[in-house]
Amino acid sequence: MTDLARAPSDKTSWRTGHADRVLPVLVVLLVIVGIWYLAAIGMNAEWVRDQAARADEDLTSGEFLRRTLILDRPVLPAPHQVASGLWDGIFGQKITSKRSLIYHGWITLSATLAGFAIGSLAGVVLAVGIVHNRAMDQSVMPWAVASQTVPILAIAPMVIVVFASAGITGLLPKAIIAAWLSFFPVLVGMVKGLRTPDAMQLDLMRSWNASDRQVFWRLRLPSSLPFLFASLKVAVAAALVGTIVGELPAGASAGLGARLLSGSYYGQTIQIWAALLAAATLAAILVALIGMIQKATLEHMGLAR
Amino acid sequence: MQGAEHPAQPVIQAQGVSLTFQTADGPIHALKDVDLTINQGDFVSFIGPSGCGKTTFLRTIAALENATGGRISVNGQSPDQARRSRAYGYVFQAPGLYPWRSIAGNISLPLEIMGFDKADRRQRIERVLELVDLAGFGGKYPWQLSGGMQQRASIARALAFDADILLMDEPFGALDEIVRDKLNEALLDLWRKTGKTIGFVTHSIPEAVYLSTRIVVMSPRPGRITKIIESPLPRNRPLDIRDSAEFIALAHEVREGLREGHGDD
Repeated sequence: MTDLARAPSDKTSWRTGHADRVLPVLVVLLVIVGIWYLAAIGMNAEWVRDQAARADEDLTSGEFLRRTLILDRPVLPAPHQVASGLWDGIFGQKITSKRSLIYHGWITLSATLAGFAIGSLAGVVLAVGIVHNRAMDQSVMPWAVASQTVPILAIAPMVIVVFASAGITGLLPKAIIAAWLSFFPVLVGMVKGLRTPDAMQLDLMRSWNASDRQVFWRLRLPSSLPFLFASLKVAVAAALVGTIVGELPAGASAGLGARLLSGSYYGQTIQIWAALLAAATLAAILVALIGMIQKATLEHMGLAR
Repeated sequence: MQGAEHPAQPVIQAQGVSLTFQTADGPIHALKDVDLTINQGDFVSFIGPSGCGKTTFLRTIAALENATGGRISVNGQSPDQARRSRAYGYVFQAPGLYPWRSIAGNISLPLEIMGFDKADRRQRIERVLELVDLAGFGGKYPWQLSGGMQQRASIARALAFDADILLMDEPFGALDEIVRDKLNEALLDLWRKTGKTIGFVTHSIPEAVYLSTRIVVMSPRPGRITKIIESPLPRNRPLDIRDSAEFIALAHEVREGLREGHGDD
């Protein structure tokens, strides 16, 4: 009986799988861009028509279409306008400039990461408490659920105001709001994860007279990691949303949220969309980063499925 | 380690053991008035249909369940004291190896929990891997081994901390017959080498007859012992003993016992 049941899977399947994954994404992207152009033409048409009527111009249909896509303050900016806004915001400005998306992105990112760290830690600690303590098991979860039913848009300004009255502004209040949103998925995922070991695994531990602490470190925690990573992905995106919401009230002067707000004050739709796309890209990068850590960790642990 | 030459030393003693589970549909008598003595070096099989309490009885010995009536002692202690002093190794139907630990790491797990130092752990892992014929596989991960090898690794894990009692709950139930035969042979070999006392739950008549010095036949509703059969087979048993007249007669006796237990259904 020296047969090795399975050889490590070869890497060739990964390569074809990669192309298989990229193609659908590209197709969907193309479709979205196409729809976006059509929508931009449709939504900006009225303004172009009005302007032309006022100037008594008679536009050819080609000229008409061109104008719907180059407005300064379009109802819906065309993709290439947003792209150039993004390009300008990222590469066209000094990163210390208030017009730089890198500058605002960093402000948002730092608060997001701080809030994510606080929230994830709180979620893990609460989950450990719930799994090991009967009283916490019965009392914490309803409050955790209740905390998430409160509209964050209502809570955020109050958090900002309360902290500001104590002289604390900047990163921390925003991080608290981010943590408020991000602890919950981690809590739910970790409670589930810490409870995955089945009765047999726990019986084995019992037969060895293992302490709760030993069961936790050697069985529950490693078993929970797939669940932890899945919820960390949700949590980091939620933290970004929380941070941006925290940047909206009280006329914050920096951060992607502030950029969104000032864009809407001045009707700078291109600026709004560029900031939105920057935020979405940031979220995608953060989620992808956690995905990479997840993949490496779980593969190393033999838990990858 | 020939138990017969010494006066029989009782290791596990059960007197009038009962276990009743209270459920929404009323009480379930998983065990009722079970009397049994298992001596040092015995290989005792528990056989019976599902619900006869064979697994429950094994779990009660291991203090994974608590008897609601009667007395049970393991090494002269209560089952829970015995569990705390790590008197037994338990093997389940599934290997239950941690995918994130190598085979050696898995065997090391109970040793770490029990506080054996590193050098001692390494030595013990080597020794038990050899005992279950897995020498050289310590660095492999569970997914790299076949089901039979994984189950042998889980037996090695149960042996690593030198408990005198080995409790096995249908350890080969999920394996195919060819692998099962090999493991049965290997288990007998291991039992002869180590002189352990083994409690073994199965629902295979040939397995029970081939392995045991005593066969405990149980029946359900309420879970109880209906017959205890002493095996006349020698301790040294090649696989082909299963074609002998003695073996076939014994298997017949067990089958009769199981049928009697069903008589009052």
